[in-house]
Amino acid sequence: METTLSAPILATNEEGYLKNYKEWTEEWALATAAAHNIELTPKHWEVLHWLRAKQAEGVALSLRKAGNSGIVDIKQLYALFPGGPLKISSKIAGIPKPASCI
Amino acid sequence: MKKILILGGGTAGTMMANKLRKKLPLDDWSITVLDKEELHYYQPGFLFIPFGIYQPEDVVRQKREFFSSGINFQIAEAQEIKGAENKVLLKNNQELEYDILLIATGAQVVPEETPDLKGKLWYTDIFDFYTYEGSTLLAKKLENWEGGRLVINLAETIIKCPVAPLEFTFLADAYFTEKGMRDKVEITYVTPLSGAFTKPKATKMLSKLLTDKKVNVVPDFYLQRVDNERKVLVSYDEKEVPFDLLVSIPVNKGADVIEQSKMGDEDGLNFVPTNKHTLQSQQFKNVFVIGDATNVPASKAGSVAHFEAEVLTENVLSYIKGLPFEEKFDGHANCFIETGYGKATLIDFNYDTEPLPGKFPFAGVGPMALLKESRMNHLGKLAFKWIYWHMLLTGKTLPVSTPMSMAGKEKEEEVLV
Repeated sequence: METTLSAPILATNEEGYLKNYKEWTEEWALATAAAHNIELTPKHWEVLHWLRAKQAEGVALSLRKAGNSGIVDIKQLYALFPGGPLKISSKIAGIPKPASCI
Repeated sequence: MKKILILGGGTAGTMMANKLRKKLPLDDWSITVLDKEELHYYQPGFLFIPFGIYQPEDVVRQKREFFSSGINFQIAEAQEIKGAENKVLLKNNQELEYDILLIATGAQVVPEETPDLKGKLWYTDIFDFYTYEGSTLLAKKLENWEGGRLVINLAETIIKCPVAPLEFTFLADAYFTEKGMRDKVEITYVTPLSGAFTKPKATKMLSKLLTDKKVNVVPDFYLQRVDNERKVLVSYDEKEVPFDLLVSIPVNKGADVIEQSKMGDEDGLNFVPTNKHTLQSQQFKNVFVIGDATNVPASKAGSVAHFEAEVLTENVLSYIKGLPFEEKFDGHANCFIETGYGKATLIDFNYDTEPLPGKFPFAGVGPMALLKESRMNHLGKLAFKWIYWHMLLTGKTLPVSTPMSMAGKEKEEEVLV
C-alpha cells in the first residue's frame, strides 16, 4: 500500500499496517489518517500515543481497554475513528491489526 | 522453611504446584495451593456439552485428586494480595505469608459487563457455553429448539480460547445437519474483529469453511447492549443483529481478588501486568503470574499455560538461586480446532509467528496437518482430554517442544489446499 507523497515510505503488510512499529513517525500517521479521511486532533494523538505505549509494554489490546484508558470512552473512540475504531486507530498508530489467534 | 503460595488450583496452578514439588526439597520449601472451589472443570470440554458429545459429568473432577503428595491444598477465598507485606488476606480473615507467590487465578466470563446481556432472556434464549452451567443448560435448549436465527457473538476480543466460538459455530452446523433441520437454522457469527479469521494464512486456508457451512459473518460489530424486548444485539455504532437464540461469549475479566488488591492492568479488566517473556509480575519481584490471569498478548488457553509452566518452573528455580532468568516464554500456543463431522484442524504459533500451514511433528504420534481439516486432528483433540487429566495436570512432560518450532511449517505461499 502506498501512502501520500509527503509521508515517509515505510514497509507495510498487504493491509497497510506497519511491519515494524518502531519505524513509525508522526508524518506517516498524518498521511495514513488522511487516507482514512481523518484529521488528527490532540485527542486523536493522545489515543495514538496510548496505543503505542501499550504495544511497547507488550500487552494485549482491546476496544474495552482503550475505552477504559481514561482518554476516551468507547463512543468517543468511534467518533474519532469511524468505521472500526481499534482497527483504524491501530493502523494509524503503526501497531499491528487487532487480531485473534487465527 | 520457605513458602510458595499459589493462588488458583486450575490448569496453571495445578501444573505449577506439581512441577515445583518435584524440583524443591520437602524440608526447605512448603507449597500451598489456595482455591475457592473444590471442583476442577476440564474447560475445553464445555464446547462439546451443548451438542451432547460430552456429558456434563465427563468434565468434572475433584481438584485435590491432582496434587502430588507434599502439596497443601486449601479451600478458601482470597480477599487481598498484600504484595508489599508478602502475604495474602483471606475472606475468613486468616493471613497466609509467602516467600514466592504465583498468581494463577484465571479469567472468568462477566456477562454483567454488557447492559442487559444477563437480562430476562438469560438462560432462556441467551446462553454462554464457557461455564459448566451455561453449556449444560444450552444442551437442553438445543435438544428441543425448533430453529430460527442462531447468533454467536463475541462481546470482546480478549477471551479464553479465542477459537472456541468458531468451533461452536462449526459444531452447530454439523449438529443441526445431522438432526435434519439445518434448513430451519440461520447461523450468524458476529465479531468485533475484522472477520472470523484475522490472520492472513489462516484466512486463506480456512475461510472456505464458513461459506461451505453457510455461516453468515458480521465483522466489526462491537456489542454495546442487548435489547431483550426486540431480541436484537446493538453495537456502539447503532448497528443491529436480530436473534432467536443467542450464544454469547461475554466479556472476560481476571479474578475479583486482583481488583480488590489493585493489581490489575489500569484498564479495569483485572489482568495482571506481567513480563511477557519471564512471567514475573511488573510490580513485585517475588510474584509470578501464569495462564489466563496475565495481561501478556498470548492466547488465554491451556496449551499456553502449559508452555508457560515449563518456562516458569525454571524461572522460579533461578529466582530461588538468585540467578538471572534464562527461560524465555515465546507466546507459544498449540490448538486443535473442531470443524464438525469428526474433523478438526490444528494451529501452532507464538508472539511473532502466525499460524502457518504444513505438518506438525508430534513425537511418538506422527505428523498432523496444520491449518487443514483431518480426522486425525479430531482424534487428537478427543485424546487430549485423557492427556489433560493424566499427564498435563500432574506435570508430566508432553511430546511437544516448549518454544515454538518451525519444523514442518511451510512459510511460503505455494500451498496446495
